[in-house]
Amino acid sequence: MSGSTTDTALASAVEIAGAVSSGDLTASAVVDAALMRIAAGDKAINSFTAVTADRARAKAAAIDAARAEGRPLGPLAGVPFAVKNLFDVAGLPTLAGSKINRNRPPAKRDATLIERLEAAGAVLVGALNMGEYAYDFTGENVHQGPSRNPHDPSRMTGGSSGGSGAAVAAGLVPLSLGSDTNGSIRVPASFCGLFGLKPTYGRLSRARSFPFVASLDHVGPLARSARDLALAYDAMQGYDADDPVAAQRPFEPTLAALERGTQDLRIAVAGGYFRRSAFPEAIAAVDRVAAALGAAREIEVPEAARARAAAYVITTAEGASLHLDRLRTRAREFDPAVRDRLISGAMVPAALVSRAQKFRRWYRDQMLALFADVDAIVAPATPCPAPAIGQQTFVLDGVEQPLRANIGVHTQPISFVGLPVVAVPVPLSPLPIGVQIIAAPWREDVALRIAYALEVAGVVAAPRPGNDIGRRPAG
Amino acid sequence: MTTPDALNDFIDAAARALDLPVEPAWKPAIRANLEVTLRLAALVGSFALPDEAEPAPVFVA
Repeated sequence: MSGSTTDTALASAVEIAGAVSSGDLTASAVVDAALMRIAAGDKAINSFTAVTADRARAKAAAIDAARAEGRPLGPLAGVPFAVKNLFDVAGLPTLAGSKINRNRPPAKRDATLIERLEAAGAVLVGALNMGEYAYDFTGENVHQGPSRNPHDPSRMTGGSSGGSGAAVAAGLVPLSLGSDTNGSIRVPASFCGLFGLKPTYGRLSRARSFPFVASLDHVGPLARSARDLALAYDAMQGYDADDPVAAQRPFEPTLAALERGTQDLRIAVAGGYFRRSAFPEAIAAVDRVAAALGAAREIEVPEAARARAAAYVITTAEGASLHLDRLRTRAREFDPAVRDRLISGAMVPAALVSRAQKFRRWYRDQMLALFADVDAIVAPATPCPAPAIGQQTFVLDGVEQPLRANIGVHTQPISFVGLPVVAVPVPLSPLPIGVQIIAAPWREDVALRIAYALEVAGVVAAPRPGNDIGRRPAG
Repeated sequence: MTTPDALNDFIDAAARALDLPVEPAWKPAIRANLEVTLRLAALVGSFALPDEAEPAPVFVA
């Protein structure tokens, strides 16, 4: 914290909560500094769509009053955070990146995950830009403008949780929430150089968040360190009757076991499919992580290409089902690219979708069998570092291919069966790139332990943006 | 649905049947998307599964 009352731009959530709890900083000073950074720095990266300044100041004042009265503070005391704008924020319409949803009445109650973070002392400071209705891997948005990568604002943040990546990477906030249906936390974590956790399907409550593909939707945190991810994740765990697919799992803390090391873990590298369709940077990043972990074994994820294909088919069909009425009545108000994908999805015969669901069970059984022999699998998070905003194609496997749909080739086969993943940032130059640490169902603790060990070893780190977006003086 | 004309006909018919207002300018992109989806669905469908295979609409560990 270096004694400064406002220089919290790149402080971790752990550091902020510690300083607020000890009285070295007030929550009000932390939140005011975050609001100033957002006011000064967000123009360059376009990550916020709403700033909840009044609410944040009131919450911070309440935390400071609680401390003055000697009441215990939560583990996230005074930590500013922001959420992808598909989470309900009381008093705001839940946009989900769309123009259409601007007509929705303001949400009456916060999403469960916001309530849980605030119960732990965190302070919501705003809502974040995202690809329309989360059907996106780029972070571009035709209505709000693209979120921009703090490491190079001419480049994509990745999506669809684009603002969630940009705001944390720029140092505007230390913590954000995103959602991940096919890679939408892991892709911006990769492009923006962050740690991102996509938990096991059903682990964290999606209650009062706008859906996309019900059978694939996950929610989770992005942060600049593994410890901050674990801290936030632990605060958000727990069954929630408001999410119909929430798992009846006990609280399984991860923070306390973070430093246990990786000696007892069997870690393998995904071969075959995951070594193809990747730029040299993606392979180099995986190899660097694998070497640090002593992961010499390579395993084949069976039928990964079909798994990705099945996830694609289910996504387009379920997404179209969600939006069918809006497509009939308000088609012109969609992002044209999203609209055309959804209309196409509405036309996919149900027989083909059912085949994909049947394949999902087969593939799930294969993946669970793999985890009888390994505790974690290392794989690329994205095929390339952040492309230029607006880029339409890239050359993959020697063939020019559409960029947008193929950004998720490595994330989709994993979320397809709900496995927990921590995306870790390998700080290559000039741009970082992410690696997936994939664990068995309900073993977020394993993925977080590995992420932490890699961070301590200096192999992964959230690089500080060279242009100091989060540290520009206000005005 | 295997020739371009057949796919165009399918899109026109599906749009009418589903009451989806498809403007002519949108059709090339809709068709391109549908072609990708059908190609990927065929990849999935070419994987032999027994008649008894159960779908897994929601992941359960």
